[in-house]
Amino acid sequence: MAETTEIAEITENQDVKSTAASDAPPTVIVDDLHIVYRVYGAGGTRGNAPAAFRRILKRQKSPNVREVHAIRGISFTAHRGESIGLIGRNGSGKSTLLRAIAGLLPPTRGAVYTDGQPTLLGVNAALMSDLTGERNIILGCLAMGMTPAQAREHYDDIVEFSGLGDFIDLPMRTYSSGMAQRLRFAIAAVKSHDVLMIDEALATGDAEFRRRSEERIRQLREEAGTVFLVSHSLDVVTQTCTRAIWLDKGIIKMDGDADTVVKAYTKAIQAAGARRANRRRRQPAASE
Amino acid sequence: MSAETAHRSEPLSAAELAARYGLRPSSARPPLATYVRKLWQRRHFIVAFATSRTVSQYSGARLGQLWQVLTPLLNAAVYYLLFGVLLGTRRNIDNFTAFLVTGVFLFTFSQRSVTAGARAISGNLRLIRALHFPRAALPISSTLVELQQMLISVCVLGLIVLLTGEPLTWRWLLVIPALTLQTLFNLGISLAIARVGAKIPDITQLLPFVTRTWLYMSGVFFSIYDRVPAGPIREAMLANPAAVYIELTRGLLLEGHYVPSHTWVLGVAWALVTLVGGFLFFWAAEERYGRG
Repeated sequence: MAETTEIAEITENQDVKSTAASDAPPTVIVDDLHIVYRVYGAGGTRGNAPAAFRRILKRQKSPNVREVHAIRGISFTAHRGESIGLIGRNGSGKSTLLRAIAGLLPPTRGAVYTDGQPTLLGVNAALMSDLTGERNIILGCLAMGMTPAQAREHYDDIVEFSGLGDFIDLPMRTYSSGMAQRLRFAIAAVKSHDVLMIDEALATGDAEFRRRSEERIRQLREEAGTVFLVSHSLDVVTQTCTRAIWLDKGIIKMDGDADTVVKAYTKAIQAAGARRANRRRRQPAASE
Repeated sequence: MSAETAHRSEPLSAAELAARYGLRPSSARPPLATYVRKLWQRRHFIVAFATSRTVSQYSGARLGQLWQVLTPLLNAAVYYLLFGVLLGTRRNIDNFTAFLVTGVFLFTFSQRSVTAGARAISGNLRLIRALHFPRAALPISSTLVELQQMLISVCVLGLIVLLTGEPLTWRWLLVIPALTLQTLFNLGISLAIARVGAKIPDITQLLPFVTRTWLYMSGVFFSIYDRVPAGPIREAMLANPAAVYIELTRGLLLEGHYVPSHTWVLGVAWALVTLVGGFLFFWAAEERYGRG
C-alpha cells in the first residue's frame, strides 16, 4: 500500500532519480542475459564444394555461419517510473538488449522477466516497401493488435503526425529514409504501452518532427510504467532519463544516475580519442 | 520470516523477485489455448498481410494482377504441349486436357504453399524482430496468399473443363469441400516446413527437388491406375495427399472418372492429421523464431 503512494510521487516528480525509484516495484528484471545469434553468409572463406563436403563429414560448423555473442551476461532491474537511457558505441548491444527485453530475441542463457508485454518502438520495424504508406499504416496497426475499426480511427492521426501529406498514396520504396522513419514512428507511437522501449526514434526526421516526437515520447512515458531509450544523442539521455546504463561490447560498464554515467561515458570517449591521436603522433611508422 | 525476505538488503534471486512481483519471462511460449486465442485476435492482420503480399507481388509487372490468371493458363499450356502432344501420355484417358489441367492446378496449389511456407519465417525475420504477434500468423498468411491465387485458378479451371465438353453437374459444388480439405492440408504442411525453414535455410534449395519428385509421384499428367502395376507402390502413390486431392476433384469435375469412395476418408484424414500435427510442431518452437 505504501508503495503505491510512492509510485505516484515518483511519476509526478521528474527530479527523483533512480535511487528513489528503486523502491518502486520492478517492471523488468534482466538476469545474467546472454544473446548469441547466428549470421549466415558471413566469413571471407567462401568455401568451395569439396571443402563444404569435408566439413559435413568431419561435422564441423560452416564458416559461412558466424555466431555473434552480442550480449555477454547482463543483469539489472528496472522499476516503475524510471526512464532508462542505454548508451554505448555502435555494436555494443543496445538494440539487441531492447529486442531481448521485448521478447523478440530469445535469450541464449539467462532470463528476462517483464510486467506485461513490453513494446519496442523501433524505427527499424519492417513495413512492406512495395505497398503505399496508406496500406502500411493499416497493416502496422493490425500487427500491433488493433481491430480494423481502431486502425481506421487512428489512421488520420498517424498521417497527420507523420506529416507525409500526398506521399501517403505512394509506395514506401519511393520514400526518403527520413520519411520512412517518420511513418514508422508515427505508426508505433499511436498506442500507449506498459513498458515502452524507444530505439533511436528521437534522431529521426527534421527539427519540426523531432520536436513533435519528443513531445509524444514524453506523453507516452507518462502513460507507460517504464521507458527505455536508446539514443546516440547524450543530451537527449540526460534530459529525458532518470537512469543510464552504459553498454560496452555486450556487458554493462556502468549503471546509475543519468548525469553521472553520461559524464563518465563522455570522458571515456574523449580519453580514447586522445589516446588514438597520441599514438598517431608518436609512432607514425608503427601504425603502418 | 516474510518481513525479512521483503527487506531490500536481503538479496533475492532474480527469479524469486520476478515471481514476487508477478513478472513473467518475456519470451515464453504461451499455452496452446492462449496461443490460438491470440492468433484469432490477429485474424485481420493475417488477412491484411496476405492481401498486401498478393498486391506487392505483382506491383512490379505491367499487367499487374492479370498474371494471377495468366500464370496458371500458361502452366497448363506448357504441360499440354509436353505430355499431351510430345510424349503422348494421353492414351486411355478420355478427356486428357481436363484431366491434365485439373492435376496441374491442384498440384501447383500444394507445391506453392509448401515453398511459400518454407520462407514464411526466414523471409520475415525483420518483421518478427520488430513486432509482437503469434508467429503462426506468417505461415497462415502465406497459405492464404496461395488460396487467393487458387480461387482464381479454380475459376479458370472450371471454364477450361466446360470448354472441353464436360457437363456442369451438381457434383461441382463438392469442389468446395475438397478444396477446403486441401487448403487445411497445405496449411498444416506450411506450418511444419516454416519451422524447419527457420532453422535450416538450406531447405529452400532442396525443396524444388522434393516437390518435383512429389509431382511425378502424384499422377498429375498420367493415370496411376494405367501406368503403375497393382501392388503396394500403386497404393502408396494413390494414398499420397496430392494424388488424393487431385483425384477427388477429377472425380467431381470429369464425367466418367472413377474415384473410390474411401478417397474422401483419406482426404479428411490427411487434412486433420497434417493440420493438427503441423500446428503443434510450429507452436513448440514459438519463442525461438526471432533468433534466426
